[in-house]
Amino acid sequence: MTVRLAVRDIEKSFGGVQAVRGVSFDVHEGEILGVIGPNGSGKSTLFNCILGQLLPGKGTVAVDGRDVTGLRPSELNRLGVSRTFQLLQVFPRLTARENLILAGQEHRGSRIGRLFGASDAGLGAEADRMLEFFRLGALADELAGSLSYGQQKLLDAAMAFMAGSRLVLLDEPAGGVNPTMLAGLRDRLTAINREARATFVVIEHNMEFVMALCTRLIVLAEGRIIAEGTPAEVRANPAVIEAYLGH
Amino acid sequence: MSTQRALLTGLGLLIVLALVPADLTGLGIPYPGLKRYGTYILTLWLVTAIAAMGVNLIVGYAGQETLAQAAFVGIGAYLTAITQKYGMPFGVSFVASGLVTFVIGIALGFPALRVQKHYLAFVTLAFSVLCWLVFRNESAITGGVMGIRDIERPILFGLKLRNAQNFYWFVLAIASVMTFVLWWILRSPWGRAFTALRENPLRAESLGVDVRLYTLLAFALGSAYGGMAGSLYAPLVEFIDPSPFALGPSLLFMLMVVVGGSGTFAGPFVGAAIAVLLPEWLRAWETWYLLIYAFLVMVLMAVFPGGIVGLLSRLLSPRRRA
Repeated sequence: MTVRLAVRDIEKSFGGVQAVRGVSFDVHEGEILGVIGPNGSGKSTLFNCILGQLLPGKGTVAVDGRDVTGLRPSELNRLGVSRTFQLLQVFPRLTARENLILAGQEHRGSRIGRLFGASDAGLGAEADRMLEFFRLGALADELAGSLSYGQQKLLDAAMAFMAGSRLVLLDEPAGGVNPTMLAGLRDRLTAINREARATFVVIEHNMEFVMALCTRLIVLAEGRIIAEGTPAEVRANPAVIEAYLGH
Repeated sequence: MSTQRALLTGLGLLIVLALVPADLTGLGIPYPGLKRYGTYILTLWLVTAIAAMGVNLIVGYAGQETLAQAAFVGIGAYLTAITQKYGMPFGVSFVASGLVTFVIGIALGFPALRVQKHYLAFVTLAFSVLCWLVFRNESAITGGVMGIRDIERPILFGLKLRNAQNFYWFVLAIASVMTFVLWWILRSPWGRAFTALRENPLRAESLGVDVRLYTLLAFALGSAYGGMAGSLYAPLVEFIDPSPFALGPSLLFMLMVVVGGSGTFAGPFVGAAIAVLLPEWLRAWETWYLLIYAFLVMVLMAVFPGGIVGLLSRLLSPRRRA
């Protein structure tokens, strides 16, 4: 199976605090990998190192066999890697449709071509389709800032897919989302994974959500991988129970 | 607003503005038009609005800071005045003003890649002061405090623009083209990318928006609008000295954008009207007019922080108040 993302020996320190300590793992095409761990275990730092938001102190990141360590997030995005953030990151003064168009427009033609082309960069219909897919169709013309928290979370996730990315990293997509909407989000992510063979890496605290969504999990504690396996294997792992519950 | 409606609105406003200084009594309409000074003030409003459009792009749309727009207006004005003295056609001076300020704008944009908000404002403030010192002290080039006088108004296809009305229509034509160009940019994906810089640069970068490039572009385009406004300002006033290009006027440009409605397309025109036309209307109160003007601006800001256009938009679309 093709390796979509290869993370090798990533380390990252902040002053005297070593947030990530030699983390290595592969993510295969079409896989949904969950990254779990207690607060402060280094999950978000690891994400930021993978996605170019932080430069790792050591180690490499490769996407489809190409070394992308240290590339800027915009460059990574143009290579087909998208992300969502732990905190909501929509554009509140743009409509829901415009948020989605923005998420895809930089992948359409040249920059000069976009200046002289259509206002929606030819993405209007695709944005509407994506909004329908995430059950936000009725809110297309509403300002993103006026949507409910759960709706903004869905919009945030939808934006990650507008560029047709093959690898999407989701940072706590379930955080603060009500159970009904959460089921919808899980359902949509599963559908995209199945239909578009999109590969996901998901950081999540909601165990029910992550166990139902992910095909494989890695568990971080104090910046290291302490367990890896299927959701059932991880759930039964004593090291994981100890990391979460302590002594 | 749909593209067609926006273009029709713009065309309607253009026709109205073209008719404002004209004597319409010959057409049976009891409107004698504006006198020379009124036409001059209206032309000054257009020139000021062009420079304010540049500030609005940088501050209102791209979310950066600039206290240097008066310096760019000054660069354009001096460049035009000096090149005119050497017999350069106005068109060349105008384009050169735009290009030079575009390039300097890129250079001024680089600090914005490292510092934000008031730190960036101070960087641009320093540039503004530097330019003013050059305008004042480099007497051999700029005429120093004595300035440059007798700046000729251009001749367009044999038509002398010395007449206030002719020059007004000339400036109106240029302002219309520049307004259309900026409208086109802002309605294109570039405009959405500029807005993304303002709203959330971190997220924009993660979506493939080259934040560095668009930041520099915003500074370059916004500064070029200042330079081209300066190029029109010099032949309008026919005499330039350093004082209109000091820090105070740069703050005034910022005020125009904020009062008019930062990040709204019509905001700079409304803000420039408040800055240029309102003081003229308040002159009836003689020495009190500055106090009244300052008080009105403070009330405007306290009651309508989104600016006048922002307020009108909210009133017209109550569903979007959130």
